[in-house]
Amino acid sequence: MSSIASRPAADITKKETATVTVPVSGRPVKGIESASSSQAMSKKPRLQQRDHPVLFELGAPGLSGVSLPPSEVPSVDRAKTIPAELLASELPALPEIGELDVVRHYKRLAHRCFSIDENFYPLGSCTMKYNPRVNERVAALPGFAHLHPYQRESDVQGMLELLYRLRCDLAEIAGLAEVSLQPAAGAHGEMTGLMIIGAYHRHRNEPRKKILVPDTAHGTNPASCATCDRSAMTVRSRPDGRVDLDDLRSKVDTDTAAMMITNPNTVGVFDEGIGDIADILHKAGALLYLDGANMNAILGITRPGDFGVDVMHYNTHKTFSTPHGGGGPGAGPVAVAEKLRPFLPVPQVIKRDDGTFGWDENRPSTIGKVRSFYGQIGVLVRAYAYIRSLGCDGLRDVSEKAVLAANYLAARLGERFTLPIPGPYAHEFITVPIAGDSGVTENDVAKRLLDHGIHPPTMSWPIQHCLMIEPTETESLATLDGFVDAMIEIADEIEHDPEVLRTAPHMTPVKRVDEVAANRRPNVRWRAE
Amino acid sequence: MQYTQFTEEQVGVMLTTIGAKTIDDLFSPIPAAHRLTRPLDLPKGVSELELLRDCESLAGRNYDCTKLTCFLGCGSYDHFVPTIVDSMAGQSEFLTAYTPYQAEASQGILQLFYEFQTMICALTGMEIANASLYEGATAAAEAVMMAAAITKRDRVLVADNVHPDTLAVHAAYDADRKIATTVIASSGGLVDEQSLADALDDGIAAVVIQSPNFFGCVERLDRLIPKIHEHGALAIISTDPLAAGVFKSAGAHGADIVVAEGQPLGIPMQYGGPYLGLLAAREKYLRKMPGRVIGMTTDREGRRAFCLALQTREQHIKRERATSNICTNQGLLAIRAAIHMAALGKRGIAEVSSQCFDKAHYAADAISALDGYSLRFDAPFFKEFVIRTDRDVAAVLDHCRSGGIAAGVALGRFDDRYADCFAVAVTEKRSRTEIDALVSALREA
Ligand SMILES: Cc1ncc(COP(=O)(O)O)c(C=O)c1O
Repeated sequence: MSSIASRPAADITKKETATVTVPVSGRPVKGIESASSSQAMSKKPRLQQRDHPVLFELGAPGLSGVSLPPSEVPSVDRAKTIPAELLASELPALPEIGELDVVRHYKRLAHRCFSIDENFYPLGSCTMKYNPRVNERVAALPGFAHLHPYQRESDVQGMLELLYRLRCDLAEIAGLAEVSLQPAAGAHGEMTGLMIIGAYHRHRNEPRKKILVPDTAHGTNPASCATCDRSAMTVRSRPDGRVDLDDLRSKVDTDTAAMMITNPNTVGVFDEGIGDIADILHKAGALLYLDGANMNAILGITRPGDFGVDVMHYNTHKTFSTPHGGGGPGAGPVAVAEKLRPFLPVPQVIKRDDGTFGWDENRPSTIGKVRSFYGQIGVLVRAYAYIRSLGCDGLRDVSEKAVLAANYLAARLGERFTLPIPGPYAHEFITVPIAGDSGVTENDVAKRLLDHGIHPPTMSWPIQHCLMIEPTETESLATLDGFVDAMIEIADEIEHDPEVLRTAPHMTPVKRVDEVAANRRPNVRWRAE
Repeated sequence: MQYTQFTEEQVGVMLTTIGAKTIDDLFSPIPAAHRLTRPLDLPKGVSELELLRDCESLAGRNYDCTKLTCFLGCGSYDHFVPTIVDSMAGQSEFLTAYTPYQAEASQGILQLFYEFQTMICALTGMEIANASLYEGATAAAEAVMMAAAITKRDRVLVADNVHPDTLAVHAAYDADRKIATTVIASSGGLVDEQSLADALDDGIAAVVIQSPNFFGCVERLDRLIPKIHEHGALAIISTDPLAAGVFKSAGAHGADIVVAEGQPLGIPMQYGGPYLGLLAAREKYLRKMPGRVIGMTTDREGRRAFCLALQTREQHIKRERATSNICTNQGLLAIRAAIHMAALGKRGIAEVSSQCFDKAHYAADAISALDGYSLRFDAPFFKEFVIRTDRDVAAVLDHCRSGGIAAGVALGRFDDRYADCFAVAVTEKRSRTEIDALVSALREA
């Protein structure tokens, strides 16, 4: 283990020390000062470079970080009220730590994270845009945060009105008839959409089983088909990333329930054949499903309902800027065309004739419920706030600037890297960074970007060895140019110094992590020695 | 309000670099026939101050549980959330991070989820846990799919006294999956052991039981689980993670998969979500588990490190052969739960659990001593119980509500058989004075 303190170029471990030093094993990123010899000689690893204890190595028996008021009520005799077989014989093995040390623990863990608030995050397909602070304030208002789901409707009229407005706004943005806010995330929206499609065909006495999915589809698309017991059949893409219409025609038949498509697609272009695709499906009695992951490129410019889509999901955690929270929560509202409305999940938020808002359970053809209660309400509140803030003009500006930023980056990077799909691009694009026989992989490039304080783009999907770059609309020109500089520096390193890439990252709290060992001998729970 | 930050001049420079005249040129692949030729029919954008006015006015029209005394439960509970949960989980390093695919730069959040998994194992008495699913009902549905894959059987039994939304989700999912669910009856608030025995056969993949169940009663897992195992079926137990301070965990009873709604672990009620789906299991089922799992490993210099483990189970690698379609999960809620569990610790959890138990029993004794109210079931319970009344349930609850008390959830909304019942939940947060006020209000009603 290196005993030399190091600090990343862009604050990955941060704050605890003002001294900038570099590891002797790695090489500095341009612009970082070298270590002074006295620092380099220091024996002790400094601050964030130290191994940080896990929770279970902290504290002492008897400690707790929370105090409760005394109970005030008589203690019930457990032995008299509960059969002995059901009584706990020991307390759960949770840690015992005082409040300050709990705070320090989570503060230090936070310092070893990578976030939009600190770093550029051009992760393709994920739309890592700025998450406005005000939306957090709105979601935390007691009138939203502390409502119980079974409070009577007259006590929650403001909440219901917000959900109703959001439901209508999302239908308008989609150009579709009605929206259900219930699904918990994109993949859950896909499943819900497939269930709606299933109900529609069953209603027409056509138990169609086949779902067509382009070869560039996100993994959740075929996985959602499997969850719904549908076979996913792959449709080929042309070299320019568009759906191969001949292949599609040859695969559509009377057993085809739907096609799931992403448009703009996952290689970053709008498929201008979408009208034909919709026609081919509709003529065969099949439906068109849109994976709405890429809605950030078309807000107010074109609407799925206007290009033939029958059902789609949104990812509010992409398009509408609800924070990703280290993996979730998201929300995956589903929008449908008129003919699919009867099958939407219940309950549905409605506005009654007397102007009050409520939940409607009475939909005889509904697919039922896909989760408990009503949805990811706290996430939906943030999405509402975002849409309200931006409005019709601002949403269109979002897409214009997202597309501008992506095409700008493509133009600049295109001078040095291969862009296998020609533009103009939507809000993201694909580049293949490695050529020649350097032995460097796209993963090495990704790890090296971490040394620049930049989150690597999405890797190796939907094309092997590619990077999928999505800058989003919220970054400044300086940040975009900084990314290009970093990529060009890395291109130079590929040619002249591949070793620095193969051993990257150098500036992170730990060096390259052994994921193979993690899978071979899985250790997924702490065990006291 | 706009969050973009290009000046007009910069836009010009960028277009020149691209070789386009206008931004509109960049949208040329979208056929004219599909272009929207009018603005979206939404209001124009507003400033931050106007947004706050709008949202505060909407929020102000709700009677939230900071203004009421809340005895509502049935899957969502008004527990006390210590301040450090909000302040630590609210750090934007957590809030605005994506899934930690880049392990070297995400050690903090990876370690946090690893610790989360460990603490969920401690509360459920299980060997492994994942890093979260959407919420309790879908967690049960995922557990069923997992059990079907493990046993290669496709029929499951679900007790009729699990949360009605769990039943509803199973019914909806069943329409489109290979698994068929049969509902088994309860009697006296508990799973009927004879009905279970009658329904079991060697084709059953799993039995889903909730304990404490929807009525708050604690099931005889010591007798039910061995019955289930006799037929080679898996016992999927849905539980309340806070019950572990008083009651033996489902894992200690021999459950194969434990699921839970994790909302009681530091998550505000938020009108029903986002919550936290928990799933824990026996170690031998690790490779069949849905969702992300974090493992401990080393970096290339041999120091302790964490990363996403066993990703080959997941949709981005296995596609249609993945164990689940889940991608985005409930990371931030898992972070809240982890901080909550760490802060409470062993003693804090025991204290919360005990206070829920004692206060619920204090309330149940006092209410059932009133004229016209009785306990509907005499099974043991944890923090929630069902009251039957010969008065009109809606009128009783309305009377309490007019005194600022949300007294309970009317069960008639779920099942006509319980039209004369309501469920009362009492958490550690309720004071004796508040419970006494509830009792008085019920007496007057
Ligand atoms: C194209 C695409 N489809 C679907 C999904 C799944 O959405 P979620 O993660 O919200 O379940 C993603 C998420 O990364 C995606 O990029």
